[in-house]
Amino acid sequence: MALKIVKGSIDRMFDKNLQDLVRGIRNHKEDEAKYISTCIDEIKQELKQDNIAVKANAVCKLTYLQMLGYDVSWAAFNIVEVMSSSKFTYKRIGYLAASQCFHEGTDVIMLTTNQIRKDLSSPNQYDTGVALTGLSCFVTPDLARDLANDIMTLMSHTKPYIRKKAVLIMYKVFLKYPESLRPAFPRLKEKLEDPDPGVQSAAVNVICELARRNPKNYLSLAPLFFKLMTSSTNNWVLIKIIKLFGALTPLEPRLGKKLIEPLTNLIHSSPSTSAMSLLYECVNTVIAVLISLSSGMPNHSASIQLCVQKLRILIEDSDQNLKYLGLLAMSKILKTHPKSVQSHKDLILQCLDDKDESIRLRALDLLYGMVSKKNLMEIVKKLMLHVDKAEGTTYRDELLTKIIDICSQSNFQYITNFEWYISILVELTRLEGTRHGHLIASQMLDVAIRVKAIRGFAVAQMATLLDNAHLLTGNTQRNGICEVLYAAAWICGEFSEHLEDPMQTLEAMLRPKVATLPGHIQAVYVQNAAKLFATVLRKHDGETESQAAQETSQLLIDRLPLFVQSANLEVQERASCILQLVKYIQKLQQKNVEVAEEVTALFAGELNPVAPKAQKKVPIPEGLDLDAWINEPPSGSESEDEKPKAVFAKEEPKHSRSRHTEVDEKELARRREVRKQEQASNPFYIKASPSSQKVYDAPGVEHIPVVQIDLSVPLKVPGMPMSDQYLKLEEERRQKEKAERKKKEKKKKREKRGKERKADSGPESEEDITPAHQVDIVTEEMPENALPSDDDDKDPNDPHKALDIDLDKPLADSDKLPVRTHRPEVLKSPAEDRDGESVPQETKKKSGKEKKKDKEKDRKRSKEEKKKKKKPKEVEEELLESQPEEAVQSEETKEAAAPPTSTSAEASDLDFWLSSAPVPPAAQEVTAPSSSAAAVDTSSAAAPESEPDEPKDTEPEDTKSSKHKKKKQKKEKEEKEKKKKKRHHHHHQHHGDAGGEDSVQNGTVEEEEPLPPMSNYSLLAENSYIKMMKEDADQVYDIQGNHQDESKVVVSVIFENKSDSFLKAMEFNVLDSLNSKLQRPEGAGAHDSLTVPFQLPPGVSNEARFVFSVQSIVMPQKLKGTLTFIVKSDESSTHEKLDFKLHFTCTSYLITTPCYSDAYAKLLESGDLKGSSLRLEGINMPFHHLLARICFHHHFSVVERIDSCASMYSRSIQGHHVCLLVKTSDQTVSIDAKCDEPSLLGNVLDEIKQTFSKC
Amino acid sequence: MIKAILIFNNHGKPRLIRFYQYFAEDMQQQIIRETFHLVSKRDDNVCNFLEGGSLIGGSDYKLIYRHYATLYFVFCVDSSESELGILDLIQVFVETLDKCFENVCELDLIFHMDKVHYILQEVVMGGMVLETNMNEIVAQVELQNRMEKSEASDQ
Repeated sequence: MALKIVKGSIDRMFDKNLQDLVRGIRNHKEDEAKYISTCIDEIKQELKQDNIAVKANAVCKLTYLQMLGYDVSWAAFNIVEVMSSSKFTYKRIGYLAASQCFHEGTDVIMLTTNQIRKDLSSPNQYDTGVALTGLSCFVTPDLARDLANDIMTLMSHTKPYIRKKAVLIMYKVFLKYPESLRPAFPRLKEKLEDPDPGVQSAAVNVICELARRNPKNYLSLAPLFFKLMTSSTNNWVLIKIIKLFGALTPLEPRLGKKLIEPLTNLIHSSPSTSAMSLLYECVNTVIAVLISLSSGMPNHSASIQLCVQKLRILIEDSDQNLKYLGLLAMSKILKTHPKSVQSHKDLILQCLDDKDESIRLRALDLLYGMVSKKNLMEIVKKLMLHVDKAEGTTYRDELLTKIIDICSQSNFQYITNFEWYISILVELTRLEGTRHGHLIASQMLDVAIRVKAIRGFAVAQMATLLDNAHLLTGNTQRNGICEVLYAAAWICGEFSEHLEDPMQTLEAMLRPKVATLPGHIQAVYVQNAAKLFATVLRKHDGETESQAAQETSQLLIDRLPLFVQSANLEVQERASCILQLVKYIQKLQQKNVEVAEEVTALFAGELNPVAPKAQKKVPIPEGLDLDAWINEPPSGSESEDEKPKAVFAKEEPKHSRSRHTEVDEKELARRREVRKQEQASNPFYIKASPSSQKVYDAPGVEHIPVVQIDLSVPLKVPGMPMSDQYLKLEEERRQKEKAERKKKEKKKKREKRGKERKADSGPESEEDITPAHQVDIVTEEMPENALPSDDDDKDPNDPHKALDIDLDKPLADSDKLPVRTHRPEVLKSPAEDRDGESVPQETKKKSGKEKKKDKEKDRKRSKEEKKKKKKPKEVEEELLESQPEEAVQSEETKEAAAPPTSTSAEASDLDFWLSSAPVPPAAQEVTAPSSSAAAVDTSSAAAPESEPDEPKDTEPEDTKSSKHKKKKQKKEKEEKEKKKKKRHHHHHQHHGDAGGEDSVQNGTVEEEEPLPPMSNYSLLAENSYIKMMKEDADQVYDIQGNHQDESKVVVSVIFENKSDSFLKAMEFNVLDSLNSKLQRPEGAGAHDSLTVPFQLPPGVSNEARFVFSVQSIVMPQKLKGTLTFIVKSDESSTHEKLDFKLHFTCTSYLITTPCYSDAYAKLLESGDLKGSSLRLEGINMPFHHLLARICFHHHFSVVERIDSCASMYSRSIQGHHVCLLVKTSDQTVSIDAKCDEPSLLGNVLDEIKQTFSKC
Repeated sequence: MIKAILIFNNHGKPRLIRFYQYFAEDMQQQIIRETFHLVSKRDDNVCNFLEGGSLIGGSDYKLIYRHYATLYFVFCVDSSESELGILDLIQVFVETLDKCFENVCELDLIFHMDKVHYILQEVVMGGMVLETNMNEIVAQVELQNRMEKSEASDQ
């Protein structure tokens, strides 16, 4: 007792819990960091203890410290320890900590896989829930791969709480492990119709998230979502679905038409205040729909107008949130209907004055699309006012970029007066502290280069800018803006012929202050000074002994040394190069040699703008392989050999280089000497002419202190025109033009333009507003034969790219999640015969192939569409008799063996849904998932089965997935049939791809009428205690590779306890025939019975599966059997038995195998098949029901269907092909059939006949 | 998708942070500071949406926030979420907190950060909205708390 107390107090000593920690931190405000570091030391001590409670407490505190910014990754292992505690309390703490600080780089995550798996399958739903929540935050590709299957199982958990979490987390799993998407998708789709609204909502959430990134793959789900939209009352779900439709409509305009009505209904029905969010999303999607529709139809403009009006009401609302959203939605309309938005310019401009920055930004966005030639100047003027008023640099920067965006959009489309634009740009340079100097600079360059007419004006403006450079560079905080000087210098240099006084500009560019500019700008200065120099020389060309030209040379020679000393390599290099050049020129000038011509030649030629990405788009010349080696790559051994060589050779280049520089230095020294002498002998060198116009050469100018002027008010730089003037001028001009045009109509011509900007009167354009300049916008150059590819924008790192997976394709063998099994399987199909580790790699390879197939399929689909257009008769002929020429010609025949698809059927389903009038909901249920039914069948047929007599169900975790998949399907079917719910004890492990309902819908069903319920189960035997239901053995599979003459058939039998007693010790026995034998475990006698591996409590049903080996499958078989069992009630126990007859129909040997139409045609044309036919009278069911029945009961798949004629295909387990052509007219159905085994065919046809005679 | 959920007070002190995308701790703190800076300078009668936040997400992301007394609740979401829907969700979350803590105030969040996390886990999971029905959320939270209590009494 005493010991316990002592132990308890020791525990408490360390027991500073989260609350204490928080309190402590709050009490140590002054030395928080120090206090926390002692706490961390304590925590480290606590983590060393064995007591899990102490550890958990420590981890909890760490989670808090993590929030404060402390790195707690060092405790990752302890977190894992706490996660694996058996107590929920601690487990929760551990998972919380993990979700806060684990990430893909955390290495201990690999240790958690088994713990998480254990928690996922915990009987306590909250253990599972906590594990799922945690995993959703730190799932890695490895975890996703290893746990995908476990999570998928949980999607069918009995508790909705677990189901919804499992469904949601699948999205994360898909992202990390894209291969899981296809196998999991059918189940996910099924969850869209889960009875629990939370699960449904989660499924909608996940699919919406998937579809948003790759909408085209989810188009086929539209009918299902449509049904949900009309039936769901959950606003959250509705919003998601409506948003999804917004993403889908651009791909399928017909969908839009269908949506308009229900959406408007929703808008009207939802009470305006409570579900504003829903209302808003509806309006949004209606807009999206209208946009997608209106491309070709003008009559929708009225609806657009209506939407815009509705949005206007939102924008005018006093609720700022609605105002914001209204503007947001408006911007969507803007993209396609700028005109309708433009009429609300007043409102939007008003929003620019809003006190809320978010709203102002949205309004700015809208302005972009609202400008026209007419209003551009006015809008920009308003924006310029805002620029002046704006406080806070972010908003001002945003304004600046918007102004430039607006003006430069679509190749300066809306600019009528480029002088105005240049002056706007110049005004913008006076913004303080903007980050966008480079943006302004590039605009200046762009305009000056591409608008030839403006160059004169631009150059003048730039010259003023250069002259006033101190205003831009004066303040160190305004560094961003000095980029503008880069543009200014370049423009002045390149287009110097337009300069009025190049000499003055040259002087401005060589001021000592320039040396404080960033290097790349200095470099441009130096280079362009040379250009200006050339211009000056040219100007004074011909004047003998021109004083001015020589003064210019002298100026350069004086000033350039400053740049030669620059730390920037580029500046230095250019400066010294040019300096030498000028010196040489000066020499020539002194000899009165005409140099201007030659100097100008240095900079001759026009520089044209090059389009962005032009380099990328240069086509690769034929015969050039860029990946080919120019020289053979050194082999591994060679590179090893190289090392000693390199050591050897190292000396030499070094040596030669140094020698080289020596030479250079000597040479340089010599030249310097020469230069000095030259300078000494140069009469002009010392006496810099005093007669020059300006005193720019005043000595010691650097020492004069420069007063920095920091003006907060925008400065009017003399000589710089204000853009406002242009506004007035422009107005005048337009008026004048209007007037003139009127005059022109009367009189022929009249030259009265004054000194208007329009120097040459270009041809009058038809537009109201003619540009002030004859603008010749130079287009950007592209290489010849440039490839018009626009795929450059895609981000290769987008994780969603990997999820662009075709989900309509049936599942293939490879599309299976890796499953961990503890025991080796008794029977394995070769495809499955690989260990879990190699699976992901294989699937990766496969997915590559699948992509190819996708393309193939697309082509095929289009071909099939072509086919459909043909008259049915023609097609019919093609199918049965003649060989379709296309099939032979096309390369696709090679592909015939590839896994077939039913996508065309799927596509046509969607087409049908879209083209028809609103469909009653019941029918949609039928139409939607038909393709996946085919998918399920193929996958389950190929799925490996476990030995039936193997002891199972004792450990659900251990059993094989596919088995449970079937089990589940059956249970669901059964549930449907009996319309009553029962408890199953095997709910943990529901693996599989789709529920039973899918297979009910096998076949391509297109009409509105719902299908009658169909069941694959038939009563086997029944007494007062037990009922046995046998599934028509569609679980047939063959192992042809191993036993050529023998096939195996799996029979599933459901045992249902009808009594109030406990049934146990059930034994199943069948009297073998020569042809068919029940497979018994090794060592058992030929007549021994098999123990059914479960017991049945009252009212419970369960299913067992038995394997039979069958030799010949051409004839139906009947086997007699007995089931013995013990009935145990409270008082007594009796031994009972039940006799039954197992009937193996020929149909049960057929496997639903989809078939390509070309492969089908090829098969028919091969001539190996023998024909037979069947006529059924008095069948008055719809054709699609008929087909569905054949598909369902007889395991056929529809190859192609045209009107009332369909071709169908199936394959027996021994590889016989069975082809049907089903035609219907009135109440007569004729079936032409072909098969390579006539007796099999005969029996199958008999069975088909029987099926239809029953109804 | 929700990228992050931040709760901080009027002085920018974090009360709960939940990132659904990995950021290192110092980056997380920087994001909190930036977000606080953006949010705190806004008046109470302006809209609840905020673009930008250069650190977290790009143009596709939005900050949607609500200000309750001394606390800011900020959700960073992408364009797949409905703006007004998220505002409603914040309201649901806060009301749930109010129910679970009985008149919730900042101190509750300060001292019971773990509990707030557990409640949030029932609302949002891995960046996706899990449950919007308040009664359901409260029921699940209480069931789990009861379990914790029974485990404590077993000891």
